[in-house]
Amino acid sequence: MDGSRIREALAQMKERGSGEGAGYAVYGCYPEYRDCYALHVFFDNIHETKKPVDDLLEQWGRIVHEGQIPTSEQPHLRKIHAPWRYFFKPDPGLMSWSPSPEDDIITYLVMRINTDRNGALVISSGKNMGVFKASGWPEEVADFYRIEEYQGYLWLGHNRYPTNTPGWWGGAHPFSLLGWSVVHNGEITSYGTNQRYIESYGYHCTMYTDTEVVAYLFDLLVRKHGLSEELAVRALAPPFWDEIDRKKEKERELDTAIRLTYGPALMNGPFAIVVARPDMMLGFTDRIKLRPLVAGENGARLYISSEEAAIRRMDPEVGEVSMPRAGSPVIGRVVA
Amino acid sequence: MSSIGATPPRYRVTVDRELCMLCERCVENCPYGVFRSQDGRLLIDSRRCTACHRCIAMCPRDAIDLRERPVDYRSHPVWTREVREDIYNQAKTGKIILAGMGNAADFPVIFDRMVLDACQVTNPSIDPLREPMELRTYVGKKPSRLEIRRDESGEVELLTRLTPNLQLETPIMIAHMSYGAISRNAQLSLARAAKEVGTYMGTGEGGLHQAIYPYQDRMIVQVASGRFGVDINYLERGAAIEIKIGQGAKPGLGGHLPGEKVDEDVSSTRMIPVGSDAISPSPHHDIYSIEDLKQLVRSLKEATEWKKPVFVKIAAVHNSAAIAAGIARSSADAVVIDGFRGGTGAAPKVFRDHVGIPIEAAIASVDAKLRQQGIRNEVSLIASGGIRESADVAKAIALGADAVYIGTAALVALGCRVCGNCYRGLCPWGIATQREDLVNRLDPEEGSRQAANLLHAWTLELSELMGAAGINSIESLRGNRDRLRGYLLDEGILKVLDVKTVGE
Repeated sequence: MDGSRIREALAQMKERGSGEGAGYAVYGCYPEYRDCYALHVFFDNIHETKKPVDDLLEQWGRIVHEGQIPTSEQPHLRKIHAPWRYFFKPDPGLMSWSPSPEDDIITYLVMRINTDRNGALVISSGKNMGVFKASGWPEEVADFYRIEEYQGYLWLGHNRYPTNTPGWWGGAHPFSLLGWSVVHNGEITSYGTNQRYIESYGYHCTMYTDTEVVAYLFDLLVRKHGLSEELAVRALAPPFWDEIDRKKEKERELDTAIRLTYGPALMNGPFAIVVARPDMMLGFTDRIKLRPLVAGENGARLYISSEEAAIRRMDPEVGEVSMPRAGSPVIGRVVA
Repeated sequence: MSSIGATPPRYRVTVDRELCMLCERCVENCPYGVFRSQDGRLLIDSRRCTACHRCIAMCPRDAIDLRERPVDYRSHPVWTREVREDIYNQAKTGKIILAGMGNAADFPVIFDRMVLDACQVTNPSIDPLREPMELRTYVGKKPSRLEIRRDESGEVELLTRLTPNLQLETPIMIAHMSYGAISRNAQLSLARAAKEVGTYMGTGEGGLHQAIYPYQDRMIVQVASGRFGVDINYLERGAAIEIKIGQGAKPGLGGHLPGEKVDEDVSSTRMIPVGSDAISPSPHHDIYSIEDLKQLVRSLKEATEWKKPVFVKIAAVHNSAAIAAGIARSSADAVVIDGFRGGTGAAPKVFRDHVGIPIEAAIASVDAKLRQQGIRNEVSLIASGGIRESADVAKAIALGADAVYIGTAALVALGCRVCGNCYRGLCPWGIATQREDLVNRLDPEEGSRQAANLLHAWTLELSELMGAAGINSIESLRGNRDRLRGYLLDEGILKVLDVKTVGE
């Protein structure tokens, strides 16, 4: 799929944005560099802020290829950053004590660059994928990045009505770390708890917004703790105790253990979230569904959206569109 | 007689003779002997008054008036009345001054300088009358991660075994107040309330009286430095065991129950002779280091076959954070931190008012230290000492506590007027006394209803506060300091609390 249809779908939901933030994540867009981590970076300017990032990357591995992300000037979109991309191979020998040295080096570098705040911000860091985002309406941002020119097998898109950090490109969705990307509608009222929990595992929340914590929580629960995506969602939006108490013993034990162990990861407040990874996409809402979420299928294709209209715009042939229950995930797996 | 003479009376009690009908209820009710009836006249000795309000509460005509400090000293900003009187007192006696209740010095209450958050527009508040609101709290050790296996059929199997936790239906527990310090009826009232509400209460270092056995599954039995009342029967009956190292009202000290309070019943429950002073030493004589504590934690667990959570209680002192982190590594399931406002039956006044730190700062620093070390969620943090209302509970939890203990507040629900004379054993409300006629003034039926009402009411208020903040589960309030703001707190304390100022 190229990016034209998701652009259309987002344009359909203009009501949900304010023209101050939109973005896309696309998986499968860099097949020629599929073995490299694609680092998308916002530089404040190339001549001053890029050098330290180059130096840091070279200390930890090899830059296989780099260049400006191609853009087309848009009349209403103020270009405040220079979007750049590196295709990077970390040297696993430099973190040989870790079971996943390459991922850990990338996580370290992203956290390091983003906390340093020296005019550089890494916005995505996965393999064969990338995030394209800016402050503007979804169509403008799509045209700015020439999103129609990218081909991918999995797309995320987001239209933002910012309240916290309007106009800041880093605040637009999707948020991404390694292969994870997240788009989110809502406000996480448990952010203070979630953030402190995740930071005690070495993550740093640097984007001034609650969404990035979701990406880090998934990384911790799924990649580091080895939970399945279903169980990760069960930790983040668990069933109520009343419901757990009524379950059969084995399931009750599991749910109780999840709530006790991952209580600080529980996300509260209204949200609909879609999380993607190279091999899957999942959507879920908060435990009482204070934000809408619908899902539709057409053959092997899965759509998840805040609105049915967007799905139908993308695929008029879509089959039944369903509304998942609060807290239950809709999961689509990539079949090769 | 000393050359100092009498100090001005603390209170003046007067009776409106027109209203008074000479029923003598005040005479009967005042155990301190303020009132006396002679030849059809009511005589009043104001000097004996403690402002316990028993006479006022019982007077059918509202005829009694009570004034504090009817005669005062020449005012002076440094040489306060209290300072002067303490000196007179010590010049006369040469002794340590005893005091009751918690810290009464004029320190600002940090809780009162913090405000809570509520949702507006960008996220909806949640109505607890319409939506589920979860306050259930598990106190005890938690795994840091789960080991899960999927068998051939795809069935998920949990390999991690959970260790025993206490399941609380509200994050409010009733603090340790021993039988001896408080009466059997007071303990009975509180134990019934704890059971009804689905929470727990502490035995204090006074053993477990038989009358409490029906509520033993709601009791946390205490092992303190005197080891009073401790045997295997006691340990096995409790729902959990708490090692008391120190308490907020007198950090660094043990305890002292005067022999006058040790009657037949107290003696058998504490396992000490009738009439003997029960003195708990300042340190545990088998704990001189953190590794000794670990041994005690593990011996208690071993003795109870690892079926009971073991808590360790310390007073909030300067270095509590590091101490708590050490405790967290000792196999203990929960750390209890008691702030300097924690109440007591009797403490040296100089300790009560000058030693230790406020609970708010202690919670914040302990929670932060445990997080830094990556072990916060593995151990529970219970806060106590100066929790006066549901807002304090919400703020304590938002700062990082899992649950709180309330002591004084629970006694106030039984009628206590905070007169601070607990150590005299004459409590007119039947709470801090063992005198049969006084104990009988407290009906456990009514007492338990009042204490349960208080816990219910606070729980309801807590639900409303959470709902307004868009939170429907207590774990999302825990450590959520983003939902607090400091109001006129200085930069240093805001940093310790990790709380922003209002407007930020």
